[in-house]
Amino acid sequence: MTAQFAHRHLLGIEGLSEHDITALLDLAEEAVEVSRQVEKKKTTLKGRTLINLFYENSTRTRTSFSLATRRLGGDTIDFTAVGSSVSKGESFIDTAKNIEAMGIDAVVVRHTTPGTPQLLAQHLGVSVINAGDGPHEHPTQGLLDILSIRERCGRIAGLTVALVGDIMYSRTARSNIWGLKKLGAHVILCGPSTLVSQQWQEIGVEVAHNLDEILPRCDVVNLLRIQFERQATRPFPSVREYALLYTMNGERLERAKNNILILAPGPINRGVEVTPEVADGPHSAILEQVNNGVAVRMAVLWQLLGQ
Amino acid sequence: MKRLLIQHGRVIDPASRLDRVMNLLVIDGRIAAYDAHPSPHDELIDATGKIVCPGLIDMHVHLREPGREEDETIYTGTAAALAGGFTAVACMPNTEPPLDTQATVEFIQHQAERANHCHVYVIACVSKNREGKELAELGQLVQAGAVGFSDDGAPVYDAELMRRAFEYALMFDKPILNHEEVRELTHGGVMHEGLVSLLLGLPGMPACAEEVMISRDIALAETTGGKLHVLHVSTAGSVELIRQAKARGIRVTTEICPHHFTLTDDNLRTFDANYKMSPPLRARHDIEACLAGLVDGTIEVICTDHAPHAPEKKMRELDQAPFGILGLETCLPLVITHLIEPGILDWPTALAKLTCNPARILNIPKGTLAIGADADITIIDPDVHWTYDVHQSRSRSRNSPYHGWEFRGRAEKVIVMGQVKYRWNG
Repeated sequence: MTAQFAHRHLLGIEGLSEHDITALLDLAEEAVEVSRQVEKKKTTLKGRTLINLFYENSTRTRTSFSLATRRLGGDTIDFTAVGSSVSKGESFIDTAKNIEAMGIDAVVVRHTTPGTPQLLAQHLGVSVINAGDGPHEHPTQGLLDILSIRERCGRIAGLTVALVGDIMYSRTARSNIWGLKKLGAHVILCGPSTLVSQQWQEIGVEVAHNLDEILPRCDVVNLLRIQFERQATRPFPSVREYALLYTMNGERLERAKNNILILAPGPINRGVEVTPEVADGPHSAILEQVNNGVAVRMAVLWQLLGQ
Repeated sequence: MKRLLIQHGRVIDPASRLDRVMNLLVIDGRIAAYDAHPSPHDELIDATGKIVCPGLIDMHVHLREPGREEDETIYTGTAAALAGGFTAVACMPNTEPPLDTQATVEFIQHQAERANHCHVYVIACVSKNREGKELAELGQLVQAGAVGFSDDGAPVYDAELMRRAFEYALMFDKPILNHEEVRELTHGGVMHEGLVSLLLGLPGMPACAEEVMISRDIALAETTGGKLHVLHVSTAGSVELIRQAKARGIRVTTEICPHHFTLTDDNLRTFDANYKMSPPLRARHDIEACLAGLVDGTIEVICTDHAPHAPEKKMRELDQAPFGILGLETCLPLVITHLIEPGILDWPTALAKLTCNPARILNIPKGTLAIGADADITIIDPDVHWTYDVHQSRSRSRNSPYHGWEFRGRAEKVIVMGQVKYRWNG
């Protein structure tokens, strides 16, 4: 645990350097080893309390953060907006300040609005960890995806990684893009033209709308969920048509590289982004991603709070 | 007889094409003579090294009263106007209730008289209750003193209503001032749609949302012969549409706010709600097009869209924070520092956009230092270096992205009807 990490918060991957990302991934690999041991619990965060401040539904991310905190010996408290003072009209900042006044050490925040972790970081004295802010970033998801790629492929630099699906509304995509680019991968964004803007090319990523054309070049395909709940208007004619053009199925898998890696940050819509035969097949790292999620979050907490 | 002699200033009056160092004599609230010599009864102001110009006019402010006095009142808003060098403002009607009756227009005028700071002109509603369904009683509003019509805060959405507004307002020779925005294209948007909104995952407001509505209004103005004033223009496409319409002889004018030529959508990377405004901060190429529009005269007015919001409202999540920023106290310094100092506009051209041009569009007897005119005068120190501290603002609100900015130049003294209403103490 000697890696240097000069940040007080984890607000996104865009603000991290290649060195920062590598340090977190290295630390996460150590955490993976901890998780494999019979005695999983450490004392790094003993006496520390972390609050999960969730303004948007989540099961796996919140559970993953809680598990990561407990494995490091810390305590967690869950705060959900439903049924709280938020429904009595209290502002987001006042709610957070009140919770901070109770003596917590870090806030894990999920919110529907981009920028809310930055807002908290400006007003609170404790560390803020972004667990997803609208379609902006989901840094720990990005890190765990990249960790899963590095584990299977042994490297990131030089790989061609396609992010397929709803790029427009995906916070996972925005974290993946920054992380993969900083580590030297070639990133292709693929999906309907209404969800994948040509403007992405301005930051040096490739934009494609035809999955079958790019598939033979890809080392990794990361299938992103269609974020129906965030879309103001339906960006494609029907789910059936989307599935026809973009579902990762057995037939497409046959045309891909032999060792292609399939990722899908859950929850997945089986039959829409990916068929069961692919999701449950040998190329898939979907369950490894979940396990790596706990390890990545342990690494982040270790860096921010364990010093 | 009250006499005031302003000595040795560089007097710039674009309306009279006047630009020379001289003395300016004011008697009983009116401009009385140029090059006058002091007499024993004169109150003297030494303006050596200063610029003496007609009192600045801001034709687009929100004073929030009645209804939202926690954000601003006519007293505090006009105090901020004076501190910014303005001797007259025109306030928009999106108050609560909106300014759609004689009574509400007269209320504004009475409050302005009580405040006794600067002149306040009223832009009244186009439609009853700003609902965009029926024309407000424009004739009665004119009788009450309205100088133009707008449903600002929102566009006049119904094309048929807009057409009738143009036609009906012709009887009174008043402009229709429209907030140009197709809301189906901006629904939920918090910033300009472009690369930055894409990277931040924030819903965008595309430039075409402004341009489509301007195209419609130009067509309606052409059809009716009405006077269209495009509020707060912000995109390259909009500037070009207006330029072409003017060339065809259509009666269209426009204005720009300093934030639309000094800030870009890139500022939203901070997620600071003080950069959230409507129309939004645009991309670099839009700014360049707007500057070209200022230079060639397509954009003839600089205004502030002064939009105060109490701190608790701006300190919200970005999608819940309201649009808009303070503008009155930073407008002139921004013009000096970012337009005049770099040589984009010269003093007379810049001052025309802050004095006689808005007066002409609203047809108000202001914006000149001609002999006999009201002695509304702004004395500007063009050389002073200073730092803007929003906490010192006269406004009731604090929502400015310019806090901590260093400026060159500012209003030093502001004279309304011959009375010194504001002195900067440094």
